[in-house]
Amino acid sequence: MSELTTLTSKTVEIDNHTINFGPQHPAAHGVLRLILEMDGEVVERADPHIGLLHRGTEKLIEYKSYLQAVPYFDRLDYVSPMACEYAFALATEKLLGITAPDRAQWIRVMFAEITRVLNHLLGVSSFALDCGALTPGLWGYVEREKLLEFHEAVSGARFHSNYFRPGGVAKDLPAGLAEDIAAWAETFPKFIDDVEALLTGNRIWKQRVVDIGVIPAEDALAWGFSGPCLRASGIAWDLRRSQPYDKYSEVDFEIPVGRHGDCYDRYLVRIAEMRESVKIVKQCLQKMKPGPIKVQDHKIAPPTRAAMKQSMEALIHHFKLYTEGYHVPAGATYTVVEAPKGEFGVYLVSDGTNRPYRCKIRSTGFSHLQALETLAKGHMLADTVAIIGSLDIVFGEIDR
Amino acid sequence: MADESIKVDTVLDAVAALPGVMVARRDLGELVVEAARGDAYALFTRLRDEFAFAQVMDICGVDFPERAARFDVIYNLLSVTRNERVRVVVQVADSVSLTSVSSLWLSATWWEREVWDLFGIPFEGLADHRRILTDYGFEGHPLRKDFPLTGYVEVHYDDEQKSVVYDKVKLTQEFRNFDFLSPWEGMTTLPGDEKARGDRK
Repeated sequence: MSELTTLTSKTVEIDNHTINFGPQHPAAHGVLRLILEMDGEVVERADPHIGLLHRGTEKLIEYKSYLQAVPYFDRLDYVSPMACEYAFALATEKLLGITAPDRAQWIRVMFAEITRVLNHLLGVSSFALDCGALTPGLWGYVEREKLLEFHEAVSGARFHSNYFRPGGVAKDLPAGLAEDIAAWAETFPKFIDDVEALLTGNRIWKQRVVDIGVIPAEDALAWGFSGPCLRASGIAWDLRRSQPYDKYSEVDFEIPVGRHGDCYDRYLVRIAEMRESVKIVKQCLQKMKPGPIKVQDHKIAPPTRAAMKQSMEALIHHFKLYTEGYHVPAGATYTVVEAPKGEFGVYLVSDGTNRPYRCKIRSTGFSHLQALETLAKGHMLADTVAIIGSLDIVFGEIDR
Repeated sequence: MADESIKVDTVLDAVAALPGVMVARRDLGELVVEAARGDAYALFTRLRDEFAFAQVMDICGVDFPERAARFDVIYNLLSVTRNERVRVVVQVADSVSLTSVSSLWLSATWWEREVWDLFGIPFEGLADHRRILTDYGFEGHPLRKDFPLTGYVEVHYDDEQKSVVYDKVKLTQEFRNFDFLSPWEGMTTLPGDEKARGDRK
């Protein structure tokens, strides 16, 4: 001991080691396996290993008819199932050369926005949970339950709704649901205020997320960012505005944009987006008129139950639709939607038969997760958790 | 509407005039470019630098086993400044490599790893050429059309070896591929039924 103190230069042992983060870790948002090379508590390299939830969705879809492929999309991003179905429904409609009736489009826009709130509620609250704030998580789940009831009312399932179909939606809104949603839209902004009161100005929260995982606009573009993560870096890019689909060109909403591109901005953008979504939901309810909810071509959409009791042809159509399905003209399309997490795309190739020849799913989180090393480099291990939370990744869609 | 169609044509014409472009067309309103394999990298550089396609949103493969150049590799580029998309299609034969575009777009790395993993198309100059979606030590490229849907191996826990082991896949029920394809709607023509459609020779 006495020898050490007399030395003028001291030897510092660098504590460089590799740790295995996940795949079973609550902050890994599913099955992320992250190999972290640490210098003490500072991240030097981060190598995400993905694919632990790979189920071969794209291959499976090649063996299913177009209608049978829809439920697979619920199981991709299971936090925002309807947004994923949306991309597939639009892609198939494009190849078929059909457009859904007005009411169906309004319903789809409305539920896409409800799904966005559903996603951001979980995104924000689990992000807060990752940083040690438990209450937003508890509150968020209560609020999510109300929205899942809307999902259930309209499709019969809380998560795997299988509701957006090529050519429209599966069923019309049940009686009273529009009023329930309107009532929810009135009260929900108060809930966002409450969450903001817990987090936005919170000293501890800001210590954890401000200036953490900063990504400038150019880098965000180079890494293929989209959605809230890109907007948090200051690029006002929203597919609902720039390449509108269905009725998005007829609704009025703002695109919230961040300035710094850090975790805090990504959080703020999501909060602001929830408020905008509520606005859109209200407009949908106002502008929705009674009418058909799927195309009236019974070669594509099934006839009603009642018609099947009376009409031989309706029965034949029903039988053919649910065995063979419809033929989609040969062609290819890359169709995208602004899913809650960003650009969700489907590259659909048809060879003119009743099954997709190839269905590539462009998952949003795939690009975001790839930038993790850039974002986490030089940060503490605990910040890596905050960054993963702020990217809002779901492995159902990344691994496909 | 008239303004839009003029604008659309200028982009299409400009892209069609680039070297390396074999075909440029609008397909369902989407700009599609077919490029030669050798010239693709130069074309991508120009698309990025001169046409502001700053993002590659997706790279994927499509397998056409009956073709000589078996695979299509699809690059979906996006320009947020011009609000424009372009889809570049490059054909490549089996076990022939493509030049990696990861030096042009950082995000291409994982997409190219995925194409390698699922289709077995190698990329020249790709720094990280590991598999990405399939299991550690996986063999084969599952999205090729000749790869069976059920795969070749399955895993189970072996109580004697006290570990998870791989086995040849055993199906308790044979894989059933229901082929419901029929000439409903007249979209496929039955033998002897050629005269039913006016456009047939």
